[in-house]
Amino acid sequence: MREPAVIRMLPDGRRLHLHDGPIDLVVEAFGPAESVRAAYGAGAARFVSVLDELCGDLTLLRQRAGAGPRRPEGPIARRMFEAVEPFAEETFITPMAAVAGAVAEEILGAMVSAAELERAYVNNGGDIALYFAPGRQWSVALVDRPDKPSLFGRAILRAEDGIRGIATSGWRGRSFSLGIADAVTVLGETAARADAAATIVANAVDLPGHPAIERIEAREISPDSDLGDLRVTRGVGALEADEIQKALARGLDQAERLRATGLIRAAALRLGGETRVTSEVAEGAALFAGDPLRERSVLHA
Amino acid sequence: MAEADTIRCDACPVLCHIKEGRAGACDRYGNRGGQLVRLDPHIVLERAVRQGEAVVPFLEMGREWDGTMVRTPETFVTAIGAGTTYPDYKPAPFIISSQVGGADVVTVVTEGIFSYCGVKVKIDTDRYLGAECSPVRAQDEPVGHVTTSEYGSQMLSLGGVHHLTGGGKREGRVTCETLLDLCNGKAVELAIEGGARVTVQAGKPPVVNGAREERMRVGCGSATIGMFAKQWFGKADEVVVVDDHITGVLSEHQAGKLLGIPPTGIKLKGRRSTPGRYFQVAEPGTAWGGTNITEPLSILGEWNAKIAWPGLRLLMVSTTGEHYAYFELDEKLRPMAKDLPAQLEESVERVAENCEPAMASVLFMAGAGGSLRAGVTENPVRLTQSVRAALTHVTCGGAPVYVWPGGGITFMVDVTRMPENAFGYVPTPALVAPIEFTMKKEDYAALGGHVASIRPLDAILRGETRRREAPRSENPWPLTPAAPKEDL
Repeated sequence: MREPAVIRMLPDGRRLHLHDGPIDLVVEAFGPAESVRAAYGAGAARFVSVLDELCGDLTLLRQRAGAGPRRPEGPIARRMFEAVEPFAEETFITPMAAVAGAVAEEILGAMVSAAELERAYVNNGGDIALYFAPGRQWSVALVDRPDKPSLFGRAILRAEDGIRGIATSGWRGRSFSLGIADAVTVLGETAARADAAATIVANAVDLPGHPAIERIEAREISPDSDLGDLRVTRGVGALEADEIQKALARGLDQAERLRATGLIRAAALRLGGETRVTSEVAEGAALFAGDPLRERSVLHA
Repeated sequence: MAEADTIRCDACPVLCHIKEGRAGACDRYGNRGGQLVRLDPHIVLERAVRQGEAVVPFLEMGREWDGTMVRTPETFVTAIGAGTTYPDYKPAPFIISSQVGGADVVTVVTEGIFSYCGVKVKIDTDRYLGAECSPVRAQDEPVGHVTTSEYGSQMLSLGGVHHLTGGGKREGRVTCETLLDLCNGKAVELAIEGGARVTVQAGKPPVVNGAREERMRVGCGSATIGMFAKQWFGKADEVVVVDDHITGVLSEHQAGKLLGIPPTGIKLKGRRSTPGRYFQVAEPGTAWGGTNITEPLSILGEWNAKIAWPGLRLLMVSTTGEHYAYFELDEKLRPMAKDLPAQLEESVERVAENCEPAMASVLFMAGAGGSLRAGVTENPVRLTQSVRAALTHVTCGGAPVYVWPGGGITFMVDVTRMPENAFGYVPTPALVAPIEFTMKKEDYAALGGHVASIRPLDAILRGETRRREAPRSENPWPLTPAAPKEDL
């Protein structure tokens, strides 16, 4: 029996919680109270039909991108499709790799077109769409393990950096990963693109054939998985220090390639307590730095 | 795709196929034993904490629904898995109307998150468990204390807000886990400071220091003589109640003397304590009366030929009535086994009837706060008043509750009368328990209820994802609590 979408404020009275089927969003907007209210109203109004729209295109969205000429119909599905297209040539990827980021973008878009806000975010289980009014900034903190939160990196994002999406992927997360990264966090120009890219980079952090890595065909766990018979990571045993270095180096290579082609802005990779970040971005500012948190941060995983 | 152990979830349009033991894409619904169960929604929000535990089935009670419109209130929707709403002014997740005897009845169904909650445990045992006020520990954390001794049992008070949120972090977590396990009918091991280790499980015999308590006997052998002497009088000349602790002999016992029962010349083995009371007639064991004997005559010596007489009627029975034998003395004063005469059968059954299986019982106790009541009505205090005035009937997973007098809605419920796995938790830590309020529709409107949110029962019944449970015969039907269900 279909359950109605949940639209409610979280106990802190500030954040909006939107939930429908597998979609679970935490939303927060900053600005005058009436603007925040209007934005929440618009976000919620857009939200109620999102799942039905996506399910209309579900079969297509679960197929390898670029496998056929057909294009999805809905705006969110199209955004997913476009987000994964640049990766589809060299690797297996389906539009589902961008679903979380694409939904977050759509809701944020509805909010900011309804009201003038200072800042806002839509967090879809760690895939986050950000909005900044000019001159505003976000301070972001990274955690590698949602079950044992500890910060491993921070970033200050300014409106002029052009970063509107943050996404994290890892085998411990809710979605399947082909790699062994505890977490790969990607900063990108859009949330959907960051979402897809984080998947690609996390898949690349890997030690193929390593006996300590437990893998299982995705459909063994979830018969509907878009990954079908691809073997997804279910467990990572003890790794030697040089193996961790090697796996991270593979991932970092991939991340640097994506950064060089402009598909991502930066990435932080985490495995076995070790962190690697992509090289510096424009204006000499390190995106990932050890700055103390000055403003409210978005904790995510 | 359609493998035998896979079910299809229809909770949302994704329509996941879910394998046994797995969850769907949402992590909120899973397949457990071929049944679609709902994972506690609060856990998903706080999914950083111990994901995948605290599975709460979404269910309703009632007979198997045959697909027709519901005409009579055969179905009662419990709050288990119903979730809660937030903010508090929002109506409860399910407000359901049904018809009872032509009247519209409304049931408000919600799950409460209870920080102010605990369990009262009654352990049937004669053994010493620990001094009153002694701390009770689980996994080395204090989770409660020993409270009063009651007749044949010892009470423990576990949980409460002090242990849940007032102590250390681990103390709170272990307390929550202990309460959750006890409420969901699981066994929990408890250590009492300066006392015993007990394993407690609702509705099951307690295990004290590794020994399982089987029966709660009506009394020792001597006490049994005292209680039933009058019923044996005239039907047997001699009665021996075999007991590992104190074996009683009717003719020698004070009770027999007062009834004028003459001496019989019987000779008991063991050590005589006072008239008619014997210690150590045998070794402890699992046979007659907690002794090791299987042949009752083995505790008797030769009969005194000067006193005993041929044809003397002898009944031997254990303290629990589980074992009994009847003899008559022959010409040489030898006891000869005979069938138990009909007139003695009843007295033996009476002994057995007065023994009860030793049990640990668990009552969940909690208070429904203002927020929870606000999900029922816009004016929370009116709900309390309505419960006080007996216009609103409170149930917990369909089970009857005792509502304490005084302010608020503080209630107790026997967890064994609730459906399986009715309780969940949130990492606060606090327990999540179902609670339902049933009242006449006009009373609901009068107390400021969320009348616009009332949905008819058949709208709730549509779909196949709800677990159906047969009503428990020992519970009154929640919609007509005063009458047995058959009388509807």
